[in-house]
Amino acid sequence: MPDLSQARRSVLEGLGSSDGAHGALSLLPPISRLIFRGRISTIGRVAAAFGVEPAMEPCRAAVSGERAALWLGPDEWLLLAREGEAPAIIGRLADALAPLSYSLVDVSHRQVGLKVTGEDAQAILNAGCPLDLDRHAFPIGMCTRTLLQKTEIVLWRVAEAAFQLEVARSFAPYALRFLQQAERDL
Amino acid sequence: MSAPFRLGAGGRIDRSRKLRFWLDRKAYEGVAGDTLASALLANGVHLVGRSFKYHRPRGIMAAGSDEPNALVSVGSGSRFTPNLRATQVELTDGLVAQSQNRWPSLGRDFGALNDVFSPLFPAGFYYKTFMWPKSAWKRIYEPKIRAMAGLGRAPTLPDSDTYTQRYAHCDALIVGAGPAGIAAALAAEAHGARVILCDEQAELGGSLLAETKATIDGKEASAWLSDALSRLSHSPNVRWLSRTTAFGCFPHNMVGLAERLTDHLPSPSEGRPRERLWQVRAKEVVLATGALERPLVFPDNDRPGIMLADAARQYLARYAVKPGTRVVVVTAHDQAYRAATELAEAGVEIAAILDIRQDASGSWAEQARGAGLHILSSTTICATSGRHRVSSVEIAPVGRDGKVGPRSRLACDLVLMCGGFTPAIHLFSQARGKLRFEERLNAFLPDGGAEGVRCAGASRGIFGLDAAIADGVAAGEAAARDAVGGGVEAAHSPVPLPKDLDGRRLDPLPHDRSPHRVKAFVDFQNDVTAKDVKLAVREGFRSIEHIKRYTTTGMATDQGKTSNMNALGIAASALDKPLPDVGLTTFRMPYTPVTFGTFAGVARGELFDPVRVTPTHDWASAHGAVFEDVGQWKRARYFPLKDEDMHRAVARECQAVRQSVGVFDASTLGKIEIVGPDAAEFMNRIYVNPWSRLEPGRCRYGVMLREDGSILDDGVVGRLAADRFHVTTTTGGAAQVLNHMEDFLQTEWSGLDCWLTSTTEQWAVIAVQGPDSRKILERLVDDIDLSAAAMPHMSVREGHVCGVPARVFRVSFTGELGFEINVPADHGRAVWQAVLDAGFSRSLTPYGTEAMHVMRAEKGYIIVGQDTDGTVTADDVGLSWAIGKTKKDFVGKRSLARPALSDPGRKQLVGLVTEDPELVLEEGAQIIAEEPTASHRSAPHKMIGHVTSSYFSATLGRGIALAMVAGGRRRMGETLYVPMPEGSIKAVVTNPVFLDPEGKRLDA
Amino acid sequence: MLLIDCPFCGKRPELEFRYAGEAHIARPADPSGLGDEAWGRFLYGRGNPRGMHAERWRHLNGCGRFFNALRDTTDDRFAATYKIGEERPMVAEPQGARKA
Repeated sequence: MPDLSQARRSVLEGLGSSDGAHGALSLLPPISRLIFRGRISTIGRVAAAFGVEPAMEPCRAAVSGERAALWLGPDEWLLLAREGEAPAIIGRLADALAPLSYSLVDVSHRQVGLKVTGEDAQAILNAGCPLDLDRHAFPIGMCTRTLLQKTEIVLWRVAEAAFQLEVARSFAPYALRFLQQAERDL
Repeated sequence: MSAPFRLGAGGRIDRSRKLRFWLDRKAYEGVAGDTLASALLANGVHLVGRSFKYHRPRGIMAAGSDEPNALVSVGSGSRFTPNLRATQVELTDGLVAQSQNRWPSLGRDFGALNDVFSPLFPAGFYYKTFMWPKSAWKRIYEPKIRAMAGLGRAPTLPDSDTYTQRYAHCDALIVGAGPAGIAAALAAEAHGARVILCDEQAELGGSLLAETKATIDGKEASAWLSDALSRLSHSPNVRWLSRTTAFGCFPHNMVGLAERLTDHLPSPSEGRPRERLWQVRAKEVVLATGALERPLVFPDNDRPGIMLADAARQYLARYAVKPGTRVVVVTAHDQAYRAATELAEAGVEIAAILDIRQDASGSWAEQARGAGLHILSSTTICATSGRHRVSSVEIAPVGRDGKVGPRSRLACDLVLMCGGFTPAIHLFSQARGKLRFEERLNAFLPDGGAEGVRCAGASRGIFGLDAAIADGVAAGEAAARDAVGGGVEAAHSPVPLPKDLDGRRLDPLPHDRSPHRVKAFVDFQNDVTAKDVKLAVREGFRSIEHIKRYTTTGMATDQGKTSNMNALGIAASALDKPLPDVGLTTFRMPYTPVTFGTFAGVARGELFDPVRVTPTHDWASAHGAVFEDVGQWKRARYFPLKDEDMHRAVARECQAVRQSVGVFDASTLGKIEIVGPDAAEFMNRIYVNPWSRLEPGRCRYGVMLREDGSILDDGVVGRLAADRFHVTTTTGGAAQVLNHMEDFLQTEWSGLDCWLTSTTEQWAVIAVQGPDSRKILERLVDDIDLSAAAMPHMSVREGHVCGVPARVFRVSFTGELGFEINVPADHGRAVWQAVLDAGFSRSLTPYGTEAMHVMRAEKGYIIVGQDTDGTVTADDVGLSWAIGKTKKDFVGKRSLARPALSDPGRKQLVGLVTEDPELVLEEGAQIIAEEPTASHRSAPHKMIGHVTSSYFSATLGRGIALAMVAGGRRRMGETLYVPMPEGSIKAVVTNPVFLDPEGKRLDA
Repeated sequence: MLLIDCPFCGKRPELEFRYAGEAHIARPADPSGLGDEAWGRFLYGRGNPRGMHAERWRHLNGCGRFFNALRDTTDDRFAATYKIGEERPMVAEPQGARKA
């Protein structure tokens, strides 16, 4: 029996990160992703076990080291961590949260990470994202589900001129091609 | 070649950059800064088109986007654009334009016969004339009418240009960069607002571009303009867009802008988008869209060489073009005096200024008088002549009693007309602003009511440079304060109407000719005359909306920019009603035509719509799979070998699964993980099935209904733990099932402790089906006991497949022993290969959706959405066994008790077998009970059902079908008829389970 | 394109939302206790007012929440948006002019 535990293939393999027009696009390596859903009363224990205190304020991300918790809804957070850490995190949270009710689901492969950087990042994203990305309207640390043309994304401003995108796996090739086109059309 | 009507100095053009261009294969020369229209006028060319209906020669009438006549086609091949206004086409070197609606040429046009026979073409002509025979409309009348009446040809090649789009936000969007707009932008910027300023022209400035003498703040107008633009361009808070038309105003201050990026370049670089659609969300909008000059309605007012007065002045001031040599001006407004004076100063002979009014007193009239220009008040035009260019006019005095006196003739090569100005309130009206009629201007003005939208300058009837700038400043400040706060409530109040720019007229000018014989045009682009509008009223049309549609006035591509007010005035007179009581037709977007490309943006080719592929897509593609679209997904339909057709490939794939083993990518199935202590209770309420007693590790086929009792979706559900379910849905239903579940959890049952997470894309699903499937899996799994005893049909285990964490289901949609391996999606491709390798010795056969469909139909398994529609209940398709009988309630349960849903005559799922085993019924075919005889083949038959699924089953050696038939379960063994064009087909009603009704193969 | 004030995320473009029908139509606690006519009314009886309409929206491509809104059907203006479970707020009815 072959051991395929390391045999991964990204849906974007072979599509390239950018055709180099401005070099604003890059693909992010695999990471662990978990969807935590539960009542707000559980968040304190999540913070202790996960090491990041999930934001209660809507559309805000909390970061600590290589871990992050992104507010997606009033009972929903996307937890990000290094690749391979998901099983340990699930175990840690189970210990910390018992006997409270919550839901924690590994979605590491459900979506793909992309990054748009540079002074044109806003313009590239606004080719398909209808939100106001001005730094006053969409400050560093803001995150939200929204749309990129015909696909849903999670958009997260990680720096003044850097946005991280999470795209559902089967929509990622579309999202990447769309962004590449937007970069060419600046 | 040289342009004889170009002045030696002045204008905003670059005489050193000569541009060669062609109209209808004739070469001309223009200069940088020209529009096609100004370059043609510089060459003395007025005749540029033929009219829509009568094919009358037409010339350039306006100087901007309001031009109704001078429509041309530009470019060729895949870059061919018809119906462009020559007044908006920027001249480029090598530009090739063609006139439109003429054959064989502009000068000699056969269609002009329409003009001779024009008494035959009154308003509503088409409705009255082409009534019969009915069949001739489609074959003869419509094609002929379309060929004769029309504008440019549609391009025949796919557009080789690309288009792009952008969303933008700002505090203040300012539409129109004339004096008011620029003043508003400066004021808003100074207040700290984020500003977008757009203008449809190549150069920002609007009327300032034709101001040669005026001063602003002590500076020449042109210097003030360049200073202002320099300040705006240096501000990080201002984005200004030239060549950008605000074409529509949408709810909540969303404004659509069409920016033309490359049309003005001689050779657009490949790959650079031609146009960009901006969707701007503005906190505040300032509309500084100016006003449109109105023509006067008099006999034969459409000859080439008859122009709007201020348009002629703009050609002179901006492009240094003399549009004629001897001019007759006819006016009802003071502005024409300014045009006449400036033309006279440039050396153009003014034969006379005819003013229909009794006296004109404003300062422009005084200046004209002072310059010695020949002014005739109370004078009208009775006729014009000249075939391809006006050559003379016949004028006559109008007495105080309105009687027209004796005519005299004036030779001329240019007639300028001005009936007043219509504020451009299109966008304001689209923003649902209220309008009021201003008698003194004969125009509708904005009157509040549009939240966050205000007008400035001429667009709200404030004329004159100083007044417009002051109004722009006030509007810009008010907008900025409303958007970003601060300061005191800004007053942006009405300014008194100016004294110097008086005058108005909507009624046709009086003349001494038979009103039935003259053509005095109102709508130039659609060839609608004053006579037509009056006729419509005489024939009983009362509403302006009906008059518009009957006469087609205002319905051309210019949407009546120059004609609507005149038409309204004529209609009001004919109806003998005050004009405001007649009302105004709706202003619709777009303000000027917008290309389809702009709206489509990048949504062409591979970016037309997301194409979703599964983790094994590349493998399937490399192995010759034929794909089918299932929503946005691409699914492998079958895998033909060499010269196999679908029929043979599917037969082979089915045979492999039935006899040994096949493998299938089921990754597109929707998946939802439902977690929490109340998960089972939630499942009980959402599905018809009972879930409480389903043990962890076991699966159940679940059916869910809408509240009205119809089937919403179905799928296998595995219980992974007491508080965790792995739900599957149909491929197409995944999103709506999740929405349906969230809806109930968030609103009706918010007290339940359970949560939903979509896992559709987390898992790659590899179905291994067939009697040999277990033997293959055993070679890939070492931590799950796959034996029949340990893992019965409808069970689920978590473990590893080739070291990859996996959820293995023992389920079957084929009726055979089978498993579905779920592995994290990035591992899907490798595990798929491992399955193939493990099955190599057993001739493991990949199969596609078509074989899957055939096999499930053989087993009578339904596909929601194919065998069901929004009217079908669980019982209708024989699934009442799934319903938890002891459950007090679930979504849809109460509806099932409604009498109509338990009527035994409802359509029910049955099998159908044709008498001829080779025959495969058509899906969707209707079913009747009695055999149609030859005598009543076409008589109506009562349809008692329809075929929902139909395939050739290689396993059974015959065509099989599933059908929904009224009272179907009581009709077992009955012969029914499926009428087809070739004759009706006999089919016998059977049990929908065609194969292995006892289910023995599941445990083979 | 409307601008809709999600009670959680703030003002967002209509593209991110899905309309979800009339608001404040609670599912009967015991459907089996209802007669056919009453159940039929619950299923199909919906208002279609000219003026203020209480309706449900879901911020589908956002926080995912269903919420309620008061929208004037004559001009698409939202008078209020509020969370599920909250009382319908009192707002001024549209003026007579807009009702005409």
